[in-house]
Amino acid sequence: MSARVSTGGDLPPRGPSGEDLPPDGALPGPSSAAEPVPAGGSPAAGSVPAGDSLAGGSAPDGGNRLRVEELTVSFRLPGATVRAVTGASFEVRPGRCLALVGESGCGKSVLAHALLGLLPGNAEVAGRAHLETPDGSLELLGAPEAVLARRVRGRAVGLIPQSPATHLTPVRTARAQVEEALRELGHPRPRERADELALRQGLHPADLDRYPHELSGGMAQRVANAMALAGDPWLILADEPTGGLDRPLVDRAMAALRGLCDEGRAVLLITHDLRAAERVADDLAVMYAGRLVETGPAGRVLDRPRHPYAAGLVNAQPDRAFVPILGMPPELTRLPDGCAFAPRCPSADGACAAPPPMADGVACHHPLEDDRGVRAAARRASEDDRV
Amino acid sequence: MKPVPPPAAPRRTAVLEARDVTVRYGRQVVLDGVSLTVEPGRVTGLAGPSGCGKSTLARVLALMLRPSGGAVTVDGTAVRRWRQRAPRGLRTAVALLYQQPRLAVDPRLTLTEIIAEPLAAAGRADRGRVAALAAEAGLTGDLLGRRPHEVSDGQLQRACVARALSLEPRYLVCDEMTTMLDASTQAHLVAVVEAYRERSGAGVLAVSHDDALLVRWAHHRVRLGDPGDAAGPSDHADPGK
Repeated sequence: MSARVSTGGDLPPRGPSGEDLPPDGALPGPSSAAEPVPAGGSPAAGSVPAGDSLAGGSAPDGGNRLRVEELTVSFRLPGATVRAVTGASFEVRPGRCLALVGESGCGKSVLAHALLGLLPGNAEVAGRAHLETPDGSLELLGAPEAVLARRVRGRAVGLIPQSPATHLTPVRTARAQVEEALRELGHPRPRERADELALRQGLHPADLDRYPHELSGGMAQRVANAMALAGDPWLILADEPTGGLDRPLVDRAMAALRGLCDEGRAVLLITHDLRAAERVADDLAVMYAGRLVETGPAGRVLDRPRHPYAAGLVNAQPDRAFVPILGMPPELTRLPDGCAFAPRCPSADGACAAPPPMADGVACHHPLEDDRGVRAAARRASEDDRV
Repeated sequence: MKPVPPPAAPRRTAVLEARDVTVRYGRQVVLDGVSLTVEPGRVTGLAGPSGCGKSTLARVLALMLRPSGGAVTVDGTAVRRWRQRAPRGLRTAVALLYQQPRLAVDPRLTLTEIIAEPLAAAGRADRGRVAALAAEAGLTGDLLGRRPHEVSDGQLQRACVARALSLEPRYLVCDEMTTMLDASTQAHLVAVVEAYRERSGAGVLAVSHDDALLVRWAHHRVRLGDPGDAAGPSDHADPGK
């Protein structure tokens, strides 16, 4: 084996987005589909998107829905209260991917853990999270542990954890862990099913007989996907699934998530990586200091962000303006009473001392007007040499 | 873009240079005759897929890993001893920033102590300078009194950047420095490194798998080939010339 250094001038441009995909991966890409997921307490009752999800999956998609309303999570610490999530409302449904983006420490992962009842004992949770299925509706927040264990985790909701390689137990083979999940879920033939799941993820069944340290990052990712799918959940919760992966592997992981959507599952992706989100998400929810500040179709939010924080995040990317947002996010132990972004915001004024309500997909007293967004889109078109 | 040097130009010595470096981990050859030059005042981007040896080369250039073969010189001085055995003058000439700030700090220290450590170890403890470095990296107030488990990855990496600049290194090796971070923190830390480079004339090696970042940041880019690719030792390495 040898490594080679070549001169810098001949670096190829970024390839077309499809080139790193597995052969069976569905093409990712932001959907231009309209129909944003409404947030802010305006559930789109009755508008079941028939035909929105593609056929071919074994996942049930009729009538499934996760509707989160005013979810608030705080942690009591000695002398302080951490307000990790405040009043988050959104909806996830089959065939679509909602990406929750924001910087580290903004409350994204706490939100995911709240939905699965995985928060530590000092957490206080308020709000509602209805898991709606054809068999009825289940309130996730405050549901008894037995109900979550029997009906939710792994069965209705599969979790793809942060950094899959470290999530696996190092002393047992991947197969032992996938089969354990299948046995827990009551599958009659765990060995055969584990092989099937591996094949569907593009792994050779023999790869399952390896120990985690013998798996590459990409293979560990696929094992994690296989485990998340063991119980055939209709909703996949992916919590920073790309931590530590390089760009081609990120792209592949995103393509795999897109494939899950296209077979009729719902995906809630939690990430700080806007470019990863761009590849897979139908809808985007931007989180800042525990609050959702902007929600909407992914393409629109990325091209014409209306919240100043969302615009700052988009502009900070190296293929855009590459300009940081001044300052740092507030401590979650002492959030301001008004808009949490105001201290960093160029358009802040007296009105921002009151918390901005979420209206029309943006929680801001001074949302950016469209012409600014159009300029951002034009800049993007001229600077972006990707296909 | 780059001026072609006259053929008879004398070899430039004021550079950080790896020449024909070979590294083996056990029987596995990770780097095989690789050469790379980091010039003062410029940003050299090092790209390549996972597992191609980017981080290994970065560690060799930061004097943290003795190669099995080849030579490393810092501004003309050949490196003969590595890690803590390297003479202080060489050791402090090159600073290394890692991808994972949590693995790069002592969890018992506060952020201020983390930033102050190199200055104290060099016998130049200077509280005012520590505060200035911290402020430049965007850290202020009570954050500085916290320990690593009480801050976010982004805040901890800011402390690592401040620490890396504290002894005014002539070269900075940034190994996936911002991979874990959100776009805004990434843009800020790159701006901090750039400001330092511009005022000090330091050379920067930016290692990343993210081409978009290197396109934006580096003056020129070098790609380390895939492991197992058929090429032999490179004879066309010095990319900056």
